[in-house]
Amino acid sequence: MGKEKEIVYVDKSGKRLDGRKADELRPIKIKVGVVPNADGSCYLEWGYNKVVAAVYGPKEALPKHRADPYGANVNYYYRMASFSVSDRKNPRPGRREIEISKVSGEALKAAIFTEQFPNTNIDVYVEIFDSNAGTRIAGLTAASLALVDAGIPMRGIVAGCTVGKAGGHILVDLTKEEEDAPDAVDIPLAIIPETEEIVLLQMDGLLKKEEWDKAVQMGIAGCKQILELQKKALSKKFEGFPVQEIASDLRSESKKEEIKE
Amino acid sequence: MQNIIWELESDKIRKTVLENKRLDERAFDEYRPIELTTNISHNADGSCQVKLGKTEVMVGVKSVLGTPYPDKQNEGSISVNMEFLPIASPEFEYGPPSSESIETARVVDRGLREAKALDFTKLCIIEGEKIWVVFLDIYTLNQDGNLFDASSIGCLKALSEAKLPKLDENNVIIPYEYDKKLELKRHPLLSTFVKIGNSVLVDPTLGEEKASSARFSIATTEDDYITAFQKGGKASGSFSVQEIDQCIETAFKRAKELRKKFFGKK
Repeated sequence: MGKEKEIVYVDKSGKRLDGRKADELRPIKIKVGVVPNADGSCYLEWGYNKVVAAVYGPKEALPKHRADPYGANVNYYYRMASFSVSDRKNPRPGRREIEISKVSGEALKAAIFTEQFPNTNIDVYVEIFDSNAGTRIAGLTAASLALVDAGIPMRGIVAGCTVGKAGGHILVDLTKEEEDAPDAVDIPLAIIPETEEIVLLQMDGLLKKEEWDKAVQMGIAGCKQILELQKKALSKKFEGFPVQEIASDLRSESKKEEIKE
Repeated sequence: MQNIIWELESDKIRKTVLENKRLDERAFDEYRPIELTTNISHNADGSCQVKLGKTEVMVGVKSVLGTPYPDKQNEGSISVNMEFLPIASPEFEYGPPSSESIETARVVDRGLREAKALDFTKLCIIEGEKIWVVFLDIYTLNQDGNLFDASSIGCLKALSEAKLPKLDENNVIIPYEYDKKLELKRHPLLSTFVKIGNSVLVDPTLGEEKASSARFSIATTEDDYITAFQKGGKASGSFSVQEIDQCIETAFKRAKELRKKFFGKK
């Protein structure tokens, strides 16, 4: 203790190491529809995190014995590229990746109307090409847009945001540096913002109940900001798509019929 | 055939929960009886068998010599592994670990590690060269739900009983001779809940797990810290913030009772 210089995670003016405020997110860039072969896809940059998500399906569930007659299986594959971390990562999926894939898939399943696609698989592939803390949430945020892009009906868009603690402060969207704080707590959180249903929640660290109460509110606020960015990215992809016109045409058609009658 | 039986049971469970009851007549915040037996293995450095209702797991501790991580030169480490043995359930088979077994082991690991249950610096033998790696291996004997909590309490009990092997002057392990006991700084315990309909139930049986829409686990310590969360569950379920708060409250209460009963904590 006291050997190294103590890092000040939030200075007197309320600024963090990278100049953000406690409840401020890192810069985020989202583009929907980036992989031509996929049914739906999304590229997302979140700070230094870079993610590509692609969706294939719904398609026939294979192997057959894993088919669910009550709804689609959501197979989520979270993988990190070997060069995405400081040491070279073995490209074979590790235990961490398998666990993240499991909980992320379950989070998306909570939002998808899987019951509409019995005996099918919806495969979601999430590849991390660059990382700086918060990759599972970046991946999930991108994956949920890829699902929308693939036209899969959902109860709502899943939006994620990490909250945590560093140097005694509750912060939103931690960087790697903050995550390495001696007292760091990391809470990946994902919700369906419209209903505030929690679909993914993990935590590791030492946290008091009061701190959790504060963190969850900041996290939900963060997720709602993410949802706005997600919506913006979607409307950009579908810009010029004649949704409005089709709707108005239909309306005028039905009016015409009324008049005829 | 098995699937049909489970579906019928799930139906029955959901209907019973709607009437605010459970099939085994427990209250929603009531645990099944727990029984711990320690020192079940002569060769292990520490061991424990857990019976949680009909769920049964065995935990063994083995400490081996290792080299420290580059960023933690003066710290030993722990490693939790879980084996879903086919003897425990018709659904388990040999082969590479399933995502379920990996998840269970990692959540138990997280609870212990983040609570700093062990002082990792005390597991260092020569800084930068030699450390103890404490392996905790969990084996299922019978699967009747809530392997999370059974594993968690089994690991903690086995750790609290475990001794470090004795080393000779060249730092080689002397078989069957032991040094000091491992010292536990905190006693983190997991509490697992499932959601059925709009009700939240603690310590689910296998049937209740299958009937549930979502699952949530919390690790808590005696000094009022939460050390791990894990939300999961195969079906499409979610939790509200209020439900999570309700779970946290029950988790603290339940873990306190277990610590009092099995670890002599106030």
